[in-house]
Amino acid sequence: MATIDTKIDADVPAVAHEPPAPPSPLREFWERFSENRGALIGMWVIVVITVLAVFADVVAPHSPTQQFAQFQLLPPAWQEGGQLSFFLGTDPVGRDILSRLIHGARFSLFIGLVVVTLSLIVGVALGLFAGFFKGVVDNLIMRTVDIMMALPSLLLALAVVAILGPSLVNAMIAIAIVVLPQYIRITRAAVLAEMTKEYVTASRIAGASVFRLMFINILPNAMAPLIVQATLGFSTAILDAAALGFLGLGAQPPTPEWGTMLADAREFIRRAWWVMTFPGLAILITVLAFNLMGDGLRDALDPRLKK
Amino acid sequence: MLSFVLRRLALVIPTFFGVTLVAFLLVHLIPGDAIDVLGGERGVSPELRARLMAELGLDKPLWQQYLIYVGNVFQGDLGISTLNRKPVWEEFFARFPATLELSITAILFAIIVGLPAGIIAGVRRGSAFDHSVMGAALTGYSMPIFWWALLMIFFFSVTLGWTPVSGRISVIYFFDQPTGFMLIDSLLSGEKGAFRSAVSHLILPTIVLGTIPLAVIARMTRSSMIEVLSDDYIRTARAKGLSPFLVVNVHALRNALIPVITVIGLQVGTLLAGAILTETIFSWPGIGRWMIESIGRRDYPSVQGGILLIASAVIIVNLVVDVLYSIINPRIRYAS
Amino acid sequence: MKKPITGLAVTAAVAAAGLALATAPAKTAHAKTLVYCSEGDPSGFNPSLFTDGTTFDASSRQIYNRLVEFERGTTNIIPALAESWEVSEDGQTYTFKLRPGVKFHSNDSFAPSRDFNADDVLYSFERQLLEDHPFHTVSGGTYEYFAAMSMDSLVTSIEKVDDMTVRFNLSRPEAPFIANLGMDFASVLSAEYAQQMLDAGTPEQVDLAPIGTGPFVFVDFQPGATVRFRAFDDYFRGRSPLDNLVFAITPDSSVRFAKMQAGECHVTLNPNPADLQAMADDPEIDLIQREGLNVGYLAYNTEKEPYTDARVRKALNMAINKQAIIDAVFQDAGTIAKNPLPPTIWSYNEATVDDDYDPGAAKALLAEAGFGDGFETDIWAMPVQRPYNPNARRMAELIQADWAAVGVTAEIVSFEWPEYLKRSKDAEHQTLLLGWTGDNGDPDNFLATLLGCDAVRGSNRAQWCHQPFEELVQAAKVTADVDERTRLYEQAQLVFKEEAPWATIAHSVVSQPVRAEVIDWKIDPFGGNIFYGVDLAE
Repeated sequence: MATIDTKIDADVPAVAHEPPAPPSPLREFWERFSENRGALIGMWVIVVITVLAVFADVVAPHSPTQQFAQFQLLPPAWQEGGQLSFFLGTDPVGRDILSRLIHGARFSLFIGLVVVTLSLIVGVALGLFAGFFKGVVDNLIMRTVDIMMALPSLLLALAVVAILGPSLVNAMIAIAIVVLPQYIRITRAAVLAEMTKEYVTASRIAGASVFRLMFINILPNAMAPLIVQATLGFSTAILDAAALGFLGLGAQPPTPEWGTMLADAREFIRRAWWVMTFPGLAILITVLAFNLMGDGLRDALDPRLKK
Repeated sequence: MLSFVLRRLALVIPTFFGVTLVAFLLVHLIPGDAIDVLGGERGVSPELRARLMAELGLDKPLWQQYLIYVGNVFQGDLGISTLNRKPVWEEFFARFPATLELSITAILFAIIVGLPAGIIAGVRRGSAFDHSVMGAALTGYSMPIFWWALLMIFFFSVTLGWTPVSGRISVIYFFDQPTGFMLIDSLLSGEKGAFRSAVSHLILPTIVLGTIPLAVIARMTRSSMIEVLSDDYIRTARAKGLSPFLVVNVHALRNALIPVITVIGLQVGTLLAGAILTETIFSWPGIGRWMIESIGRRDYPSVQGGILLIASAVIIVNLVVDVLYSIINPRIRYAS
Repeated sequence: MKKPITGLAVTAAVAAAGLALATAPAKTAHAKTLVYCSEGDPSGFNPSLFTDGTTFDASSRQIYNRLVEFERGTTNIIPALAESWEVSEDGQTYTFKLRPGVKFHSNDSFAPSRDFNADDVLYSFERQLLEDHPFHTVSGGTYEYFAAMSMDSLVTSIEKVDDMTVRFNLSRPEAPFIANLGMDFASVLSAEYAQQMLDAGTPEQVDLAPIGTGPFVFVDFQPGATVRFRAFDDYFRGRSPLDNLVFAITPDSSVRFAKMQAGECHVTLNPNPADLQAMADDPEIDLIQREGLNVGYLAYNTEKEPYTDARVRKALNMAINKQAIIDAVFQDAGTIAKNPLPPTIWSYNEATVDDDYDPGAAKALLAEAGFGDGFETDIWAMPVQRPYNPNARRMAELIQADWAAVGVTAEIVSFEWPEYLKRSKDAEHQTLLLGWTGDNGDPDNFLATLLGCDAVRGSNRAQWCHQPFEELVQAAKVTADVDERTRLYEQAQLVFKEEAPWATIAHSVVSQPVRAEVIDWKIDPFGGNIFYGVDLAE
């Protein structure tokens, strides 16, 4: 999502220098996007989380892996027995939960970024091929998509991770594979829709190369749904990675990944509610922020909902 | 119409083949096998391992194993569980009603709550109600389901003691289960309090499993409703002075529901994925938990058979949804 | 499409049969029903085919008896289906006098026409021993425990001397033999039932609808939900005070505790260490604890550098703060281990001196071995919860931090359980966490099984084959005299400690919460759950 944000930042002042020009599409988009309060909140939450993640080493009060043996299972600061230096309490081996959550944001964002990038590149490529070449290629790709869609995604991800071995990287690969069908379908549908349009026919007749057609003419027109899907893909990726971590197949200790933290904290549900509650909340807030922003993007990009 | 259905059916066959291959490859590529599990900390002697491999047919090359497997599948034989030597069919159908019952109640819950909420939110667009429904829906949609389940158990079962913690019915009830659906069987049994017990066991898992479909349905209904309400014919109807009630319920709703039906159909896959986590946490004796356990035990026939049957169910439901959709909205038939 | 229909029909028939059997006790006014929240589905109902405790709990420990048994709550061997036995001079012939008047259960397809006799013993063992036995391959025919205890090479033949006398001929003297016969795989099934089912063409029924002599009769099994039993009226030790016994299958340990608090089950197992305090505080729950017959350890792969050097192993042992592990991982429900044997087993060597926590000394010893700057290694952590190690990943995290303090950088590695077992058996690890719960209370079951040369590339995960140790353990195995065996095993433990193929971490204290109304619950040292002898207050 970083690309979109920087684009916006870069473009807005540029437009300001030339007041007489008609409003650029980006500016129009930004106006519509910023009308949506939820989307703005989502965006700002993501910005804050990103800043926290980037500067985790500076922001976090402690190292995420340092074990304070004398402070195991310390409650949050506002509870009796809590300490201000361990604001959200400590985990069973005496690590600061707040610090782990802040460092964990890195992993969650990283997971989202890697999964979305991977699935976007592969999914778009396959979708373009399927939509453009039709026939055998299309059939082969779309039947594979059908097969993948028929399998419960979590089960598929679980099996893929089991094959590759439990680790964060493998969990990301598994999730990227599982979400592929959505990108393929969106791209293909957009390609099919564009192919019937006159400008495509015109450039074809004019002898434009296949590559040019695919990437210069057609792809930009499929961007809107893909951007929305990619934003929402962040939340799916974070949720799925947490689920895999929860089932013990994601990041391995002592990595402060949120899902893994939850799995580890499960046994303390009644004795130390904070160990269990905060990682879950962190996941919820982050995912919610991405979904809010994704919704805003959809509304801003989807011409059907234009007022 | 018929040709459309036939065309769709023809697509199902390669998908089905593909699923058998994927299911087979997936389980066989996972390192470690059923014999390793059997051995546990102790391990298995090479002689016993060789004998077991031969007996389970694992000593043959992979492609031969696959051909044998597919051949058996087309004769309706899904094999025998390596764990307890029972036919996979039998194992599946012993658990399927539990998953089906939970899925049905979850989707009903999602529809009963989500549909009206979405309609009202759509009609009163921008109102406080709209904002709170959409806020809640998005939160539900963003919820890590396993965490949600644990919070619900902790709050409603442990702290408040309102609902039982897990299982399908209190163990004090023991009766014949002709249908496998605990709600129906408990009524048929005539035992006092059995139905009540079955209902109270269903509540939390239903809410947890229904949360995401509920959010999706509410959001879809709302946006579909907004779109339809802005259409010309609705404006005409309004202009003609038809009562708002009539406009919404008769004209708008019918059209707004078309995409909603598709969405509900698509939730079947989501439900099955959600069921894996929900069943694990609520000790629900269904397919999801069985799959996880079978993968953990490398029970190849059970995993393959289970994946195949789940996938078949998803394929069939999608087919039905497609056909339904094409009946409601004939344009789609020519479009694809 | 024939299959599913038959499948359903069978299920329905079984369910109907279950109904017929069960309605009676369920409607009795004051039927005492004990509910036990178990961890998972039993794999089957013939204990000789399986190896997991969950299966034994639902079969051998309630439905069946053995020739000899362990006195409930102890590792003492007592007569059961055998009233007495004699061992020949050379220790190679065991003659058992059988108990008269022992009745078998009945179900709707079988009613016993005779009492238990020698034929049943022959059937139960020959099925596992003889490859041409008609039942040898029924239900898969994997007699894993029989093979694991070397019974197939040990027993040369079993003779029926008369109806009430059975003789086992062994190929060599084997001191732990009697203890082996108390194990679950040695349960006695009905030969008459087997014959009837064989004649009816449904031999596998024997393993699915079990008939035994034990205190409880099998009623019904709903996968993933419940296993039901009722008291056997003619049990030879007297009828159980409980009328019904129900296993409510509940895999999640926090859920099991919640169910227990809600009064939905009376007894459960493997509680979260984190919940122990809450359980102890709950007036409605008695938390029963006893030292487990287990050991949790970290094994060094002695085939790989630098663990070929005993000094390195010793140094890393000293770097581990075991007390911190007991606190954080076991939540105090464990004791520091210094021997590979738990202290509840005879011949445990009190004199062994542990490698006490001393990072300074550890560093010095590492430097002496040429690793003053430390090195990189891995710690394998099991993905599953076990009595000997309730949370291996957390234990690995603690050890990782301890080793970091002496300059050793360790990466934590985990695989799914089957893969973990496979790879560690193949010695791919550098160091790994694992453990062991005793099978029969004999020291041989720990020392030879886990550290013997025969077990390398098997259950000996340290891949440690050390002749002085091996000789002591092998000598003890063929010695009948307990004092002499004790001496040999005590010495073996000292050799073990000197060579340090493992860091012995802990012996867990097994905790079982039971509701206050449960009378006379005893924790089984072998990790079983035995309901005969237990009662419920009104």
